[in-house]
Amino acid sequence: MFGDVAAVKNVSFTVNDGELMALLGPSGGGKTTVLRMIAGLEVPTSGDILIRGQRVNDLSVQKRNIGFVFQNYALFKNMTVFKNIAFGLKIKKWKKADIEARVFELLKLFGLDGLEKRYPHQLSGGQRQRVAIARALASKPSVLLLDEPFGAVDAKIRQELREWLVKLHHDLNVTTIFVTHDQEEALEVSNRIVIFSEGDLEQIGTPREVYEQPANEFVARFIGVMNVLDAEVQGGVARVNELQFPAHDVADGTKLRIGFRPYAVQISTDLSLYPYRATLRHTFFLGIMLRLEFELESGLILRSRMTKEEYAQLGLEEGREVSLQIRNYRVLAAETAALGPEKELSYQPPPTIGENI
Amino acid sequence: MAAKRFNPLPGFNLTMGYTIFYLSVIVLIPIGGLFLRVFDMTWADFWRLATTERALAAYKLTFGASLIAALVNAVFGTVTAWVLVRYEFPGKRFFDAMVDFPFALPTAVAGLTLSNLFAQNGWLGKFLVPLGIQGAFTRLGVVLALTFIGLPFVVRTLQPVLENFEREVEEAAATLGAGRLRTFLSVVAPTLLPAIITGFALSFARAIGEYGSVIFIAGNKPYYSEIAPLLIVVRLEEYDYTGAMALAVVLLVFSFALLITINLLERWASHYEKK
Repeated sequence: MFGDVAAVKNVSFTVNDGELMALLGPSGGGKTTVLRMIAGLEVPTSGDILIRGQRVNDLSVQKRNIGFVFQNYALFKNMTVFKNIAFGLKIKKWKKADIEARVFELLKLFGLDGLEKRYPHQLSGGQRQRVAIARALASKPSVLLLDEPFGAVDAKIRQELREWLVKLHHDLNVTTIFVTHDQEEALEVSNRIVIFSEGDLEQIGTPREVYEQPANEFVARFIGVMNVLDAEVQGGVARVNELQFPAHDVADGTKLRIGFRPYAVQISTDLSLYPYRATLRHTFFLGIMLRLEFELESGLILRSRMTKEEYAQLGLEEGREVSLQIRNYRVLAAETAALGPEKELSYQPPPTIGENI
Repeated sequence: MAAKRFNPLPGFNLTMGYTIFYLSVIVLIPIGGLFLRVFDMTWADFWRLATTERALAAYKLTFGASLIAALVNAVFGTVTAWVLVRYEFPGKRFFDAMVDFPFALPTAVAGLTLSNLFAQNGWLGKFLVPLGIQGAFTRLGVVLALTFIGLPFVVRTLQPVLENFEREVEEAAATLGAGRLRTFLSVVAPTLLPAIITGFALSFARAIGEYGSVIFIAGNKPYYSEIAPLLIVVRLEEYDYTGAMALAVVLLVFSFALLITINLLERWASHYEKK
């Protein structure tokens, strides 16, 4: 691209030695730019990049000693698999015997034995990617950078590759940073996640931290699914249609937003158990999990999740009437403002809400 | 069970029939006629007519000058295509359109313009002739004219290939430690080579057949700056039809052999893409 201005602001994070880190965010969020800056393929206008404590801003791409795996692999199609992997070693003037030993070691490690004489177009997508990673790792870089490593392969291979990357990282223990827009992938594969949106760093943390304690609404909505409702406070209670959430210290008339995860919605077919009445409108099959859409009496739609077994136990079916409650929720402020702690409702239905309404 | 693929645009029979008819009328029958005419003479006659000293000089010039012109075009056409694909600059679209100019310009006009330009009192000739560079009415003039008319071939065959070339491949080479020259030689050039060879072949073939632009600038001195196609015309003007035929057949066979050789070369250069 010509004259493109990369928008990344105030991004600062540290990757520990041997860590497997994910840069996560929606497309165009600046994560690839950050990765390319670490590699030296793009130059930051301000700020520093340090590798092993050494400032590398002025070091050319060639000298940074990083391994970079491109989204579409960027293999040299005029070279065999062997020559692709040996390319960096030849430039670093390794001895011929050493190159050969290293390449065959990598071929074996990556399950590519016997393919050394093939050209890239003769390989499957998964094999191409493994060649690209082997090529990047050949000269033992200090950091391995992967740009959307699982983007270009189909779902089944993607799962295998994820597991394989985790194992590879475990075996080689090379510091690895990968970019992804798939939150599930980041949660599953990485030790820690850096979340970006529109060039800003939103949160850094372990998968568990970002899932359970999202720093702001953006993170909360990006990692996993969240129901978000607009509420207005009246008499110490935030109301969304018939739903009520305690808000004692908030002035009347204040507009709030309430967010809660699908699993926080508790369902019962006993219509008197929980305070709100709803009808199951749609069931979406997601494998072992089901996504359910409930319509409250006022027409408000809530999303919930449960396993197939729970669904069967409850004897649910589309059109069935249920009672429900929301076990825990958060009060949301502006999109990127810090989130308050999750509030728990051990729901004793207030007397005004019940079956007789 | 073999599935027959639905074809949204039928018409194989019609188009294939037309192709054969067209190829026959335009290409095969005239060439066949040419060979038949040549078979009228004896082998010894043919050999005598096709290898006169004047004819040999003309072949040499035609093939030599065409080869030089095609090589020059291969190098500078590659550079031109590179600049046009890789960079943005004011007037880019204009320059891009200019590349096709030699296609559009009547060759006679091109020849006239070039000979005027390089003649002793021409714009360029004024400075070049005192330096001993005679552009007009020399063999150099032949090369100049052939270079001019062959330029678009390399540029136009290379442009789409360059546009499809992934920048990431160059970046990948850089992250592996390769400098610019190394990246170009071992990664970029081999990928472009088949297209460069194709462009070279087209430019070469066009140059061998070129007539209009050359005769204005070459001076057409027999044994020195007379090209083979012109010699055919000379023979025709002398009502020596068999002599002209003999020359024509030699040109035809040579051109054909060259095209086959270059095709094989191109295949070899892109061997990594085939099974």
